[in-house]
Amino acid sequence: MAHSATHPEDHLLTVSENPRSNLLDRGFTVLVQGVALLVIAILLGITAVVLAYAQPAIAHFGLAFLWSTAWDVPSLQFGALPYIFGTLVTSSVGLILALPISMAVAILTSENFLPAFVREPLAFLVQLLAAIPSVVIGLWGIYVLIPFLLPIGTWLNNNFGWFPLFSTPPAGPGLLPAGVILAVMIIPTIASVSRDVLTVVPKELRSASMALGATQWETILAVMLPAAAPGVVGASMLGLGRALGETMAVSMVIGNSGQITASLLDLGNTIPSLLASQFAEAESPLHIGSLMYLALILFVLTLMVNVAAVLLVRVFGVKV
Amino acid sequence: MALMTGVLRRVAATSFVAAAVAVAPTLAASAQTVTLTGGGSTFIAPLYERWFSEFHKQNPNIQINYQAIGSGAGIAQFTAGTLDFGDSDAAMTDAQIAKVSKGVILVPVAGGGVSVTYNLPGVSNLKLSRVTLPAIFDGQITRWNDPRIQHDNPGVKLPNLPIRTVVRSDASGTSFIFTNYLAGVSPTFVSKVGPATTAPHWVTNPISAPGSNGVTASVKRVAGTIGYVELAYAIQNHLKTAELQTRQGNFVPPTLQGTNEALAAVKFPANFRVFVSDPAAGYPIAGLTWMMINKTGYTPQKAQAIKKLVTWMMTKGQAINAQLLYVRIPPAVGARVIKVVDTEVK
Repeated sequence: MAHSATHPEDHLLTVSENPRSNLLDRGFTVLVQGVALLVIAILLGITAVVLAYAQPAIAHFGLAFLWSTAWDVPSLQFGALPYIFGTLVTSSVGLILALPISMAVAILTSENFLPAFVREPLAFLVQLLAAIPSVVIGLWGIYVLIPFLLPIGTWLNNNFGWFPLFSTPPAGPGLLPAGVILAVMIIPTIASVSRDVLTVVPKELRSASMALGATQWETILAVMLPAAAPGVVGASMLGLGRALGETMAVSMVIGNSGQITASLLDLGNTIPSLLASQFAEAESPLHIGSLMYLALILFVLTLMVNVAAVLLVRVFGVKV
Repeated sequence: MALMTGVLRRVAATSFVAAAVAVAPTLAASAQTVTLTGGGSTFIAPLYERWFSEFHKQNPNIQINYQAIGSGAGIAQFTAGTLDFGDSDAAMTDAQIAKVSKGVILVPVAGGGVSVTYNLPGVSNLKLSRVTLPAIFDGQITRWNDPRIQHDNPGVKLPNLPIRTVVRSDASGTSFIFTNYLAGVSPTFVSKVGPATTAPHWVTNPISAPGSNGVTASVKRVAGTIGYVELAYAIQNHLKTAELQTRQGNFVPPTLQGTNEALAAVKFPANFRVFVSDPAAGYPIAGLTWMMINKTGYTPQKAQAIKKLVTWMMTKGQAINAQLLYVRIPPAVGARVIKVVDTEVK
């Protein structure tokens, strides 16, 4: 608004000369700013409340909470390490499984391997996967995924038992089913954002690559994907964010055992899953405080993931 | 139109006033609607819903709202004074009661059993003694072909499988009733796991699943598992359940009848707080849920409504328990409860 008179052409384009629309304009700006600030205020408010309720646990356990492995409600001994471990392991498994599948979906639905009338519904169906409530996915995990993974887990343990990741016989629920569930839940996010990114890569890049004699695959791998990399990293971090915070579906398939184990076939637990199962009946301030302390840790973990995403995008962004 | 309704209303009002003069005292009392707000145990919620809707039909001026927020939250909210009554599957302790300045009466309203469900390929009539069951859940017995289990099941071919226990991941009255029994029959269980609690610190690295349905799903999917669920849930879902040993030594399947017998044999003390850890008769794993009401602090209308409600629950209400697979409170105890509430609630 302030700079509207610097160029004569601006005079023709601007509509803010009318005092009524000028007022509307300013009102709108204030409104938008207010609402945006409100979101930040809510975020700070949540942090403050979580911090306040976590205070008894922070005062009692201090930083030792981070590496203590005890979680004994009757004798009020609490520690976060097994839950931090479980959260990171299941999210990583989920991301590692989801990334290649999502990329395949994104490439298939953005390139011309399939006619448009197949491609478009396919992309839509993958997005639809994101709309399934997590409780339903959890039930699917119990009734379909766990029985499906059980013989695979047994086979892995029998043949590759020497490898730490498969060193225990499968218990049914566990870290692996939780990771697979998370992969299913984050594929739609990663795939659809990556697809959007791939479709907006400038046509000139593709044409230039083709003109130099590259095949379609070479073009995809050497030109399209590197160009889309910042967006793909962003999409992955969005997916990882969802994986870190998933409660119900994980709670139903992970076995909820607060232990640290190298074996993916063994039981585990995550921070959100523990919060979901214990918060409702937590009574003692120290128990509630410890759950809030965990929430705070999850908050910091998610923040770190987001910061890492921004940094990664910056690093990749410079290259393109 | 507006004028006409106005006139009509005035006419109606005048005649109403004339009629009302004669019956004013009774009318004023009955026209006032009393709302009672309660909250707590999720276990009892289906029975409460049914009870309160029946009660409301018979007493249209008393409205009762119940929120299934969980036993722990029920005690907390009741103590904070935000509820007219609470409900908990674990009775309030003396320390908890001491915090309530308005006094507490614990009203046993219904009971429930806990049944043991398992997944053992080829075995469908498992029997577990008073020694074996606690030993499985405190980690002393780790394989299904253990001689102690074999001793309970002569002639049954038990598979050579590791035992995987399945427990509740959420704090639960079911866990309380179950550990209350195990702790009551086995000192070793107490030393290894601890006394009865809604959130036991298990030592067998069990699969923990949310809710009775979560436990059931895990047991059904994985061979070699054993878990515990509410009796009503097990009956409704036709689960494979173990026969347990009574104090007399014989094995009984989990039934409503058996749990009723267990509660009938229990002696209720003056404050009605009793934990059925090893009943003299019937199916051995049973427990109660308690309504918590204040002794003072109610308005006269609310006090009246609560007395009326308790009397109804202990008489007509108890007849509904069996329909929804809840254990009933023995009639003699019900009569005592009514007397205590009538004299002590002010």
